[in-house]
Formats: sequence, C-alpha cells, structure tokens
Amino acid sequence: MDLLHYLILSLLLFIVGAVGFVIKKNIVSVFLCLELMLNAANLSFIAFSRHLNQVHGQIFVFFIMVVAAAEAAVGLAITIVLYRNRSTLNVDDADTMKW
Amino acid sequence: MMETALFYIFGGIALLAAISMVAQKKVIYSAISLIICLCAVAALYLLLEAPFIAAVQIIVYAGAIMVLFLFVIMLLDPFSASILRDKRKFIAYAGVMLGILALALLIPFLRSYKPSLAPRNPDILSGVGTAGRVGQLLFNEYLLPFEMTSVLILVAIIGVVVLAKRRP
Repeated sequence: MDLLHYLILSLLLFIVGAVGFVIKKNIVSVFLCLELMLNAANLSFIAFSRHLNQVHGQIFVFFIMVVAAAEAAVGLAITIVLYRNRSTLNVDDADTMKW
Repeated sequence: MMETALFYIFGGIALLAAISMVAQKKVIYSAISLIICLCAVAALYLLLEAPFIAAVQIIVYAGAIMVLFLFVIMLLDPFSASILRDKRKFIAYAGVMLGILALALLIPFLRSYKPSLAPRNPDILSGVGTAGRVGQLLFNEYLLPFEMTSVLILVAIIGVVVLAKRRP
C-alpha cells in the first residue's frame, strides 16, 4: 500500500473525530472524539515513517501517546469537578466564559 | 496483495468503528467503539512495520487510557443515564456538512501531493520499528525530550490529584 491510501484513511478518521467534536453534547464523548483525532494524526506519522524508511516518526507517536495520556487524565478530572459543581455533563451548560 | 486486503479490512473496521462512535447515543457504546477503532489502527501499525508502537497502542491506549475513560463513565453514568436531549438539531447537520466540506477540500489537496520523496535510507531494516530500534533512538537522540515527558506525567498526576480532591 502506498502512502496516499494511509493519508486518506488518516484524514477520514480525523474528520470523523472533528465532526463528532462539534456535534456531541456529552463532555466525555467530546474527549473520546479528541482521542480519535490524536490517533488519526498518529496513523499519518507512522505512514510517513514507513514511507521514509526511518524510525523517527514512531518516536513522535510515542510522545503524542504520552501527551494524550496526560491530557486524558487532566480532562477527566476536570469533567468530574464540573459534574460535582454543576451537576451536568452537557457542554452547552458550561458556557460561563464563552461570551 | 495480502497487504492490500488487510489494509482495506482493518481500515474499514477502523472507519466504521469511528463512525459508530460518533453515531452512538450512549457514551459507554462510544467508548467501546473507540476501543475497536484503536485496535484496528494497531493492526495497521503492524502492517506499516511498527510492531513496538502497535503493542504500545494496545497496552497504553486501548488498555490504560480507555480504562480511565470507562472508570469515569461508570462513576458518572448513573446520574447521566438519560441521554442528553439535543435542543438544537441543526448543529448535527451543520457538523456533518462541515465534515463533507472539509473532505471535499482536502482530498484533492492530498491527491495533488506527489510523495516523490525517495526513501532517505535504503536499508530495509532501518525502517522496522522494533522495540530495540525505537529504544536505541529514544535513549540516545531523544533522551532529553524523553526525560521531559516524565516531568509532564508528574505534573499531570499532581494536577489530577489537586483538581479531583474534595475541598474540606
């Protein structure tokens, strides 16, 4: 398989994640879509790593996974605090700082 | 030939699982769809000769991070079991339209890109990301960033404890 197929698959996964990020109401679903987008970026990193025949792209994927783990932990803690303070998981209810 | 078939099978599974993740109403089904998608992408990593990253994807992503998500969903779900009602239906259609528009814009762009870059390293073994190879690069060339990620994890742990602790 050539690079273009993997890039198009990565693009499709990213766009599905981005659409979900926009249309989902539940804050945990929004985080799941965020993970999907990070994963799509990882796929294109690995595809380029294979294409250029070197391992440096895989190191970047490793670091992205670390950042995703830290982000998920902090984000879910914020979710729990939000639920404790507002008793809601709807992103539309947490718009105090939006306007 | 085999590789092409495997690419289409696992790519199709990943894409369908991703679409199912967005389409599901309940968060727990979304999370399980995402786990399926991550496992299919790990299979694609194996096809791309990155076995170490594939293993890390299964263990860290589909294992640790998704278990964290499932814990939080279980923690919060009894209270949020009623599906959040969509007050503004048009947002969903607008989002799907946005996605189709982005695809229509980006796929011609990708097709016009000529990946004519010759492989920089013709040695066939150098592109295979075994644990040894990745580790060698990680602990020599990328040692400082690697050590800094440990600080990042520490900051994340402290942040989580401070955030989630109940104030007396």
